[in-house]
Amino acid sequence: MSGCCDGNVERYKELQAYIDGLPDKKGRLIGVLHKAQGIFGYLPREVQEFIAGALGLSVAKVYGVVKFYSFFTMVPKGKFPISVCLGTACYVRGADDIVSEVEKILGITVGQVTPDGLFSLDTLRCVGACGLAPVMIVAGRVFGRMKPSDVEGIIAEYRAKAGDSEKDKACEGVCCHG
Amino acid sequence: MANVRMHVLVCGGTGCTSSRSLEIVDALRAEIKAQGLAEEVKVVIAGCFGFCEKGPIVKISPDNTFYVQVTPEDAKEIVAEHIVKGRKVSRLLYVDPKTTEHISDSKHMDFYKKQLRIALRNCGFLDPENIGEYIARDGYMALGKALFEMTPKEVVDEVKKSGLRGRGGGGFPTGLKWEIAASYKADQKYVICNADEGDPGAFMDRSVLEGDPHSIIEAMAICGYAIGASKGVVYIRAEYPLAVERLQKAIVAARETGLLGNNILGSDFSFDIDMYYGAGAFVCGEETALIRSLQSERGEPTSKPPFPAESGFWGKPSNVNNVETFANIPVIFLKGAEWFASIGTAKSKGTKVFALAGKVNNVGLVEVPMGTTLREVIFDIGGGIRNGKKFKAAQTGGPSGGCLTEKFLDTPIDYDNLIAAGSMMGSGGMIVLDEDDCMVNVAKFYLGFTVEESCGKCTPCRVGNKRMLEMLEKISEGKATEKDLGRLRELAGIIKDTSLCGLGQTAPNPVLSTLDNFYDEYLAHVRDKRCPAGKCKSLMQYVIDPAKCKGCTMCAKVCPAGAISGKVKEPHVINQDKCVKCGACFATCKFGAISKR
Amino acid sequence: MKGCAVMDKVKSLDDLRKMKAAMQNATELREKGQNIDKLIEVKVSMATCGIAAGARETMAAMMDEATKRGIKNIVFTQSGCMGYCHSEPTVTIVRPGEEPVTFGEVKGKRITEIFDSYILKGELVDGIIPLSSKSIHD
Ligand SMILES: Cc1cc2nc3c(=O)[nH]c(=O)nc-3n(C[C@H](O)[C@H](O)[C@H](O)COP(=O)(O)O)c2cc1C
Ligand code: SF4
Ligand code: SF4
Ligand code: SF4
Ligand code: FES
Ligand code: FES
Ligand code: FES
Repeated sequence: MSGCCDGNVERYKELQAYIDGLPDKKGRLIGVLHKAQGIFGYLPREVQEFIAGALGLSVAKVYGVVKFYSFFTMVPKGKFPISVCLGTACYVRGADDIVSEVEKILGITVGQVTPDGLFSLDTLRCVGACGLAPVMIVAGRVFGRMKPSDVEGIIAEYRAKAGDSEKDKACEGVCCHG
Repeated sequence: MANVRMHVLVCGGTGCTSSRSLEIVDALRAEIKAQGLAEEVKVVIAGCFGFCEKGPIVKISPDNTFYVQVTPEDAKEIVAEHIVKGRKVSRLLYVDPKTTEHISDSKHMDFYKKQLRIALRNCGFLDPENIGEYIARDGYMALGKALFEMTPKEVVDEVKKSGLRGRGGGGFPTGLKWEIAASYKADQKYVICNADEGDPGAFMDRSVLEGDPHSIIEAMAICGYAIGASKGVVYIRAEYPLAVERLQKAIVAARETGLLGNNILGSDFSFDIDMYYGAGAFVCGEETALIRSLQSERGEPTSKPPFPAESGFWGKPSNVNNVETFANIPVIFLKGAEWFASIGTAKSKGTKVFALAGKVNNVGLVEVPMGTTLREVIFDIGGGIRNGKKFKAAQTGGPSGGCLTEKFLDTPIDYDNLIAAGSMMGSGGMIVLDEDDCMVNVAKFYLGFTVEESCGKCTPCRVGNKRMLEMLEKISEGKATEKDLGRLRELAGIIKDTSLCGLGQTAPNPVLSTLDNFYDEYLAHVRDKRCPAGKCKSLMQYVIDPAKCKGCTMCAKVCPAGAISGKVKEPHVINQDKCVKCGACFATCKFGAISKR
Repeated sequence: MKGCAVMDKVKSLDDLRKMKAAMQNATELREKGQNIDKLIEVKVSMATCGIAAGARETMAAMMDEATKRGIKNIVFTQSGCMGYCHSEPTVTIVRPGEEPVTFGEVKGKRITEIFDSYILKGELVDGIIPLSSKSIHD
């Protein structure tokens, strides 16, 4: 994958250790995929093959499950993944305007990553904070009662954060996802 | 030290402020000052009391006097009589419509409270990460009672007697479900908690898991005892990280305390719980798909029978219940089945939690006895519609449900009445819509959701719903005819009858319900090519009102399509053929001259 | 209380009853203010919704404020939510021997206001949320 660090070996080790720690391997695929996505940030083919081998399943079976569940992704996300909720409560409170605003500011559409690898944009269906609709999630943090005019400031805040951490650690970016 | 001996709470909720409650505040403050009482009596603006119908509300504490329909002119009397002389102003007290009694004292303090918290009894009151606080509030006592004072059959009978029905959508009698699961013999059975909460717009299960996780653990153990299962499984959505964390901690704490594990409380009953995560597939909330997903397969539903009670997780008898259903269980044992059955309507017992969202003032969770009316929920507890707009409909039952219009506002809410009204209880999501919402658009939203979430296993759902969605898109673009409306209905019928699982069978409901209740709106789209709510972009037009336009040219400058023309200081016009409906002009005009039509 | 040590195992129904009594005593003592310190309990609603509205920041700011003012008879806990999404972050305060009072939209300068009036003097401030539901204990 990347040339900038040897994180991958460590990552596979971590995943293997998790799999070894399971009491049994029957019906654990989804749990393992969650873990793997947590470690790698996404589920590229190599990781799926590794998991298939470790659990004694066919690659096709693993792929079939990854494709079925929208939570799993085969493409890397940005360093700060942005998700806009398009659940009912958010939708009727104007969530689509938030999506357009993010698209406009980042110059990408839903499902894409910015060229600098900082942001990606997705939509999802309800995080249960419907009372604060419309809701946007950036790198796990939930922003409620959003107005289109709030988007710019929030993105700027994360851009600044990226600038800071860039100074601390030279090796961080697209390949390692923080 | 403080001298304040009395607080006067004035409702500052939206309902009451619109009937001048803030003027009452001013009048009270002035009067109190005039009487030289400013040091000892404090006037405070409070939130909604949930009784907006009788607002403005003024409550005096510590004696808990509750005045209704107060006007600023009453301030003088309240101060002179109640605050100075300690005599209640009886004409402002609430009059019980049945007994015509004036209710004034703290004995009846609760008369105005329309909510009753059973499932949410502990949410917000205890620290979910401290099992001790749960135990202090009778936690695990219901399990103790079941284990030591009742046989499994008696436990099942108690649940049957309570009349509890499933809160996950179907409304199946819980006791009966337990009885069926208990009747199968097997070396292993499972208790499954459905914490997938798929309806976008519903969040009560999350709130219970985050605020009172032990009640779910206790209820699952009681169920395990009743049906003869030693293993519990929670299927929880990955989109709820905090709920996952809290439940995980609670399970560990219960194990460490000996309330999960072998020989619970010294009995010969053993029970433990495992957690499994969903991965963003709505159909996995359906119980057979959920079980496939638990087994790490693609979450495609299987046909019933066999029901999970006979052959579920790993082919073993399994009892699936929803989070809120479980949350009611301990209370049934603590307070008795009769108590529980005394709440609600003839066929729907207990309470229901609703997640009130959308265009309503007090968005949040409300729990009301079955039989409460929609009007009470939306207008009293919910504080009415935001920004003074007009109520249009309440959508219940999520993507499987329908719209309840004004004519159903006074219908008591229960399972059967909602179905009769063309909707359903569902999981309790209640999305309030106002005059600005286009019903074609709402139907399209839900259908878009089900099309995206269809597992694709059977054709009517996979292909049929997509066809329906395309037709709705045609309608909202003004390209459909009246004939299409008939075809839409026809197709909906076929999909309902021939789909394999609940997702497909109910997917056409939002369309049918809006067709039934808002046919005019559909007609406007197909016949007049007009969207009355101004939501459907392709039918909407931006127009400049020549009377308001000052000819400042700002709109023409921002228009990316060069659609606006006009001379300086003269009214401008929009060329509809060029306009791409970006809304830039609308946002720019400082004089409110541009409107949507 | 938060961070409470691991419980002893309960091995019988009797154990459970004893633990309940002990726990109730502890909470009651705290709530009724019969212990020497007369603790004021501050419960911050920490569910997804509240956290999204800033509940963590509110908790931290309130703890800071207590330290700054040298108030020692105060204890902070978290709770789930009462479903008042419209007014998050919400905080419930129990003064010794008094009924709990819930405050809405607790952030920024409302925090100092609540300290000045309610925590120190028992005087209510604007923006309290009346309890609008009956409980099963009534
Ligand atoms: C498409 C579909 C989605 C469902 N989603 C959920 C859900 O998210 N949560 C839930 O508890 N039940 C859901 N159900 C209902 C379950 O199949 C099942 O009836 C329920 O969990 C049983 O529990 P109860 O009897 O306690 O309600 C869904 C059903 C269908 C058809
Ligand atoms: S009805 Fe839809 S979701 Fe259900 S099995 Fe058929 S295709 Fe799948
Ligand atoms: S911005 Fe408004 S006032 Fe100015 S020219 Fe356009 S429509 Fe007229
Ligand atoms: S909506 Fe956009 S394209 Fe249409 S007239 Fe206004 S600015 Fe121009
Ligand atoms: S609909 Fe957006 S959080 Fe629930
Ligand atoms: S009771 Fe005053 S606004 Fe609801
Ligand atoms: S759901 Fe808890 S406050 Fe919104």
